[in-house]
Amino acid sequence: MARVVVDVMLKPEILDPQGQAVQRALPRLGFDGISDVRQGKRFELEVDGPVDEAALARIHDLAESFLANTVIEDFTVRVEEVAEAVK
Amino acid sequence: MTARIGVVTFPGSLDDRDTQRAIRLAGAEPVALWHKDKDLKQVDAVVLCGGFSYGDYLRAGAIARFSPVMEPLIEQAKAGLPVLGICNGFQILTEAHLLPGTMLRNNHLHFICRDQKLRVENAETAWTTDYTAGQEIHIPLKNIDGQYVADEHTLDELEAEGRVAFRYVDFNPNGSQRDIAGVTNAAGNVVGLMPHPEHAVEPLIGSGRTDGLPFFTSILKKLVNA
Repeated sequence: MARVVVDVMLKPEILDPQGQAVQRALPRLGFDGISDVRQGKRFELEVDGPVDEAALARIHDLAESFLANTVIEDFTVRVEEVAEAVK
Repeated sequence: MTARIGVVTFPGSLDDRDTQRAIRLAGAEPVALWHKDKDLKQVDAVVLCGGFSYGDYLRAGAIARFSPVMEPLIEQAKAGLPVLGICNGFQILTEAHLLPGTMLRNNHLHFICRDQKLRVENAETAWTTDYTAGQEIHIPLKNIDGQYVADEHTLDELEAEGRVAFRYVDFNPNGSQRDIAGVTNAAGNVVGLMPHPEHAVEPLIGSGRTDGLPFFTSILKKLVNA
């Protein structure tokens, strides 16, 4: 079994008011030296069967049509190996 | 016989009853549609109303856009069926790619609930013929994801083709690009906006204005005269 991780981030040119609000809170909490924060989404998809090229292509389509809105967001798809659960 | 106008209820829709009421006040017959319906009950037009369909999970409108009722709706909208999207309905229409752009969280991150002044920029769509171009109206606005964004090329195209249907006046309440409150598709049958015309149809409630009623009389006239 494998896990595919889809990261979705607002495009660089899109304003991220939530990220800005987080960034502005940092000095209050004593964290200095962080000039920018962008907030995104991470999806972990547990895939049955092998993650071959065809499976990745389907996940890419899923990310493009559903998980991300490509008007405002970019996404990346990557495979993350998961250790088999102890039976 | 009068026109039959469908109002879709998704899980999390809030304004379906108000929208049905507005349609009735305008003289048309509201028809309740359910998100699981696979056909549109032969309605003459559809309104996607406001609320938080599917809890706004993932993105506002992103899950509603894939519900069964949207399949015939998207197909028929492309063929000319008049569709109005209000607030969450507008978000669903952009997620379905029936209208360009999308909505982001308000730039100040606060939920807004206020009477908002708008200018009707396009009085030739299926939903705006009872206004005059340039007319200023007051319509309630209530949302947190109301900031309209699209890329510069799309915005220029919308402006050039007169497809910015409504603009915020005096005050941009949410950071929307070019003060855009609502847009139309090229054919003028699909219109979406963030403010709520269905909340401004009776003198008794809200600001006491009925500035939203012409949305519903416009479509009725178009359908009855068709």
